[in-house]
Amino acid sequence: MAEKFLMKGNEAVAEAAIRSGCRYFFGYPITPQTELAAYMAKNMPKRGGVFLQAESEIAAINMVYGAAGAGARAMTGSSSPGISLKQEGISYIAGADLPCVIVNMARGGPGLGSIQGSQADYFQATKGGGHGDYHMLVFAPNSVQELVDMTARAFDKADEYRMPAMILGDGMLGQMMEPVEFFEPTEPDALPKKEWATDGTGMKRKKNIINSLYLESEILERLNIERYERYKRICEKEPLFEEINTEDAEIIIAAYGMSARIAASAADALRSEGVRVGIIRPITLWPFPSEIFARRAAYVKAFLCVEMSMGQMVEDVRLAVEGKCPVYFYGRTGGMTVEPDAVYKEVKRILELKTAGGI
Amino acid sequence: MAEIMLAGFGGQGVLFAGKVIAKAGMEALKNVSWLPSYGPEMRGGTCNCKVIVSDGQIASPDIAEPDFLLAMNAPSLEKFEGKVRSGGTIIMDSSLIDKKISRKDVKTVYIPAKKIAEKMGDGRLGNMVMTGCFISRYGKIPLSEVVECMRRSVSKAKASLAELNIKMLKAGYAF
Repeated sequence: MAEKFLMKGNEAVAEAAIRSGCRYFFGYPITPQTELAAYMAKNMPKRGGVFLQAESEIAAINMVYGAAGAGARAMTGSSSPGISLKQEGISYIAGADLPCVIVNMARGGPGLGSIQGSQADYFQATKGGGHGDYHMLVFAPNSVQELVDMTARAFDKADEYRMPAMILGDGMLGQMMEPVEFFEPTEPDALPKKEWATDGTGMKRKKNIINSLYLESEILERLNIERYERYKRICEKEPLFEEINTEDAEIIIAAYGMSARIAASAADALRSEGVRVGIIRPITLWPFPSEIFARRAAYVKAFLCVEMSMGQMVEDVRLAVEGKCPVYFYGRTGGMTVEPDAVYKEVKRILELKTAGGI
Repeated sequence: MAEIMLAGFGGQGVLFAGKVIAKAGMEALKNVSWLPSYGPEMRGGTCNCKVIVSDGQIASPDIAEPDFLLAMNAPSLEKFEGKVRSGGTIIMDSSLIDKKISRKDVKTVYIPAKKIAEKMGDGRLGNMVMTGCFISRYGKIPLSEVVECMRRSVSKAKASLAELNIKMLKAGYAF
């Protein structure tokens, strides 16, 4: 069995990135993500990589843009306000079809907000936080182990589809420690060669160009349509989710990340009383696993979406359910944590409602 | 499964004590989680961490009603005393907290951890005396496992520090 380490989520992401062949990390410190940058600062030089503390978040994402353009696996990390600053660069990276991984250990917002964990950046992550027609892959792990596994996957999928990928955690997940096992490291040289990279022609091939500016609208439209055809394939192939006890459920809780673990505590208590409650936990937020919600909507009485926000993913759940059954929402905001007891009570309240209509 | 809340002032080694319990718990049982309070609380105020050790899966790492409270200052005791699960255990450093626990439905251990540590050579290691005391009251993590963890997690240059910490753990365990 592989060695088990007790590590913070932030540190585990960093180690997983290095093992995935990432040798370029550009960041700017912000609570509750700073341990990620600190781990990179300590370990990148030892592993033949570069850690650079940029002068700002905007500079950091543009350094990622450059490194990604040259074909390297590159990462930046921040928390909510810092991720807002990076949006211009993320849009450029998406427009130039470049792979990279961005980590958001989200905190309460809007504005400078609070420093406690939050899930209020769902819209920003999944609906295009920057300008223009684009998406990025969004992975939302719920444990330190899954942070490791999804970081590796994010690098692979970003390369495969030539697009940015985000690891969307929250302050709680970044700060907590859990036992974790790592995969064998991959050296950057062992990764598939990127034929499109601007890494020097050596006078042997035609120039590659990395660009997101197209003054002729016809060309830009064609490129956007091509990109959306790729997105369509991703929506078919890449959604990930976990289902718990949904086969016989009369009510299903929809939750991701830390909220899903808190909901699991509530669901355990409810099941022990004979309440038929299940959980669907999206692991990819984009592409959203709509199909499973549509399938389960055929027989459940209701869904309850639980988030550490005023209600963001609930909109995607409602779109997927298409009015087949009511979708209720329970959330805490501003950095407050959802408590299992509150979810427990909300499920009971919904099941006691005589009319199952409305939201 | 046991849910453990450790609380005190920033600087007392509350987070470290939690980490020692989590690390040893990882070896002795299967799953553990360690969740710190962080942010404004850490800067001059109270500080706490929540540790869960379990042989099953851990759902929420957050703790509403701890089975064990390790209180290392009066504000922490006041804040968390009422939250401890009925039948749970409160271990408090009686050299730092001049108060008796009024609840009758919990077990209480008054241990002068800081004084014990001072007598043994370093008053800063009250956190390890508290940890040793917890290990004895919990009973599911062998003391030898904690000692091993302590030795493994320090560098050779600091081996003497590990031994001092272990001495404190043993004193707390014997209390």
